[in-house]
Amino acid sequence: MFYRENGQFKTSYRADQQIFPIVQDRWGLLVLLAIAVFVVPMLVDEYMFRAILIPFLILSLAALGVNVLVGYCGQISLGSGAFMAVGAYMAYNTYVRIEGVPLIVALLSGGFFATLVGMFFGIPSLRVKGLYLAVATLAAQFFCDWAFLRIGWFTNNNASGSVSVSNLSILGWTIDSPVDKYLLCLAFVVLFAVMIKNLVRSAIGREWMAIRDMDVAAAVIGIRPVYAKLSAFAVSSFIVGVAGALWGFIHLGSWEPAAFSIDRSFQLLFMVIIGGMGSIMGSFFGAAFIVILPIFLNQFLPAVGDLFGVSISTALVSHTEYMVFGALIVWFLIVEPHGLAKLWSIGKQKMRLWPFPH
Amino acid sequence: MKLRQLAIAASVAAAGVSALVGTSSAFAQDKEQFFPVLVYRTGAYAPNGVPFANGYVDYLKLVNARGGLNGVKLSFEECETGYATDRGVECYERLKGKGATVFQPLSTGITFALTEKAPADKIPLITAGYGRSESADGGVFKWNFPLAGTYWVAADVLIQHIAKKEGGYDKLKGKKIALVYHDSPFGKEPIPLLQERAAAHGFTLSLLPVTHPGVEQKATWLQIRQNRPDYVLNWGWGVMNSTALKEAQATGYPRDKMYGVWWAGAEPDVKDVGEGAKGYNAVMMQHGAETGAPVIKEVLDKLHGKGQGTGPKEEVGQVLYMRGMMSAMLAVEGVRAAQDRFGKGKVMTGEQARWGYENLNLTQPKLDALGFKGVMRPISTSCQDHMGAAWARVHTWNGKSFDWTSDWMQADDQIIKPMVKAAADKYAAEKKLTRRAGSDCQS
Repeated sequence: MFYRENGQFKTSYRADQQIFPIVQDRWGLLVLLAIAVFVVPMLVDEYMFRAILIPFLILSLAALGVNVLVGYCGQISLGSGAFMAVGAYMAYNTYVRIEGVPLIVALLSGGFFATLVGMFFGIPSLRVKGLYLAVATLAAQFFCDWAFLRIGWFTNNNASGSVSVSNLSILGWTIDSPVDKYLLCLAFVVLFAVMIKNLVRSAIGREWMAIRDMDVAAAVIGIRPVYAKLSAFAVSSFIVGVAGALWGFIHLGSWEPAAFSIDRSFQLLFMVIIGGMGSIMGSFFGAAFIVILPIFLNQFLPAVGDLFGVSISTALVSHTEYMVFGALIVWFLIVEPHGLAKLWSIGKQKMRLWPFPH
Repeated sequence: MKLRQLAIAASVAAAGVSALVGTSSAFAQDKEQFFPVLVYRTGAYAPNGVPFANGYVDYLKLVNARGGLNGVKLSFEECETGYATDRGVECYERLKGKGATVFQPLSTGITFALTEKAPADKIPLITAGYGRSESADGGVFKWNFPLAGTYWVAADVLIQHIAKKEGGYDKLKGKKIALVYHDSPFGKEPIPLLQERAAAHGFTLSLLPVTHPGVEQKATWLQIRQNRPDYVLNWGWGVMNSTALKEAQATGYPRDKMYGVWWAGAEPDVKDVGEGAKGYNAVMMQHGAETGAPVIKEVLDKLHGKGQGTGPKEEVGQVLYMRGMMSAMLAVEGVRAAQDRFGKGKVMTGEQARWGYENLNLTQPKLDALGFKGVMRPISTSCQDHMGAAWARVHTWNGKSFDWTSDWMQADDQIIKPMVKAAADKYAAEKKLTRRAGSDCQS
């Protein structure tokens, strides 16, 4: 009923190739964007921005990048945290070493160097796959952790190994308040999401998916595995690198390699698996699930305790948070192994027929 | 999947978001001074984080039991960071909105992240005995207070103690000192000072990093076995410390040549090793285990006696518990100092509390009255000096408890002052800050 497509005729190839073929989707997304840009900054308080929305946006971006590699090209990677770290540290180096470099250039340079590192660590994917590749990319994680802790050049010879940035501005727009930071992240996320959506619909996206589904068959029909795999590594690392740069520059302001530890790699992989492999929407769902749920539980559980007159200790809350979080992951994966994005599309399907299911 | 199930899932998510919005806008009530408490009761460092948190909370409870701060009741809320920087930032943002007086991040990583945020939010940060060493310079770091000492102070006192043991600084020439450190900003903080001292006295310093959380030390101790350094400085935290002691035992490295930083010399670090840790030393900024202190007797009487204490009774007065108490005491006394100026019996804002921390004058009679007699020495801060005091002692584990084995020692200002100033100036240049003018000191 809500998704009735009657009367929506496509009379040109252009119309047939739109990202959102259904008019409701198009309008829905525009409304959502308008709310995100105009309404949210008016309604939401600082805590929501700094602790929830900004991390959510940045990690969605990182999850998008990981999804390109893992979801679309089928190359399991445990090195995403490392590529984020490369993005953050190289953006930092560009920013402090080149006088007067624009912020955007610095952030993108983080992505550029992450691309190089990502492609380098993607070379083994030409020979190994699956779990073996996951272990090979793990090397990227350990190597980058080591490099950023030990090599003084990366941290501008800072004695403690922690770096920080400040006075961020773009063409006179000082990125200072939470709203500024939020809008900057939102702009990056929207741009990259549209870009990736188009990329995966194009020839190169189809090559990635062919490689994912059956690499031998893909090679037989004329797809070059070298090109497809390395390009997936490149695109993925670029986006993850930019996300890393944003995480350091915008969210933390000051960071150490521990901010991009192996936990971060796992977190990103979980986002893709829970959100939905090979789905743009899924990256957002996954990030929301992984970022927001623990924070929500952390505040929700004591509130429930108060309701029944029980005061729950901090440690108990923290432990319960892990248990409930784990249980929910298992539950979601049993209910829908294809991730939250699949739930979303099932919901849409139901809405088409509602209220007269057949 | 049915529409019904889908609807349930969606409503769970919606409830989550709305609850977040709801809770974040709740404010602390009037007439209550709100103290956020960043702790880690879970995770890799929990065994050491829990006693600290208990001590911190117990002291706040004790102030309330004493009748509050000139009549103002203290309220507090714990937030679990798990020693992770991003969780710490989330806690900060959440508790900031409730009218936070002061934050004590309890992690060097979180301190670094919050140092960037505190000036904009006008909330002071106390990093009692930790944090970034150059923040002792109040001229640049207006909102940071490494009260009671920094890691540079700890490292300096350690070298002084070793020199004394050897019989003079000239005896340090040609000696080998190894620094086994937690591979994080926390562990790296002392390195510049130790390098400075090494250059001055001619000992060689070898740096042996141990990765988080610190259980993997086999390679490190193999190097120690090969090089046989004269002293090992253990810059560890949590499980790393007991692991280091066990490895030292296995390697046959004498424990009395091992010196811990003040986060590496508490009961949880040595009690599993027991006799094997006998002779292990640690430098203590101000306090140690003080089971006989008047304030501890008061806690046992007024809180634990009435069943309102936090944590197990046996841990009251132990090293980390005392550290929690001392940190809370410093936080509260700053507000008291602020009340003296801005009005007794009023709730102080973060900005007013900052003035209090900057004009803290804890004299010996004041400390005695608070029950900290014999626990610590006076602390007095100023506009330029946000550290207040740099006194430390060394205590040694005798297999069952810690004994004091040195007199009070003070870090050498001639070495530390120029280093602090240079590092603070570098920070100011990076951030394009100007030093505070004299007039700013009055605000």
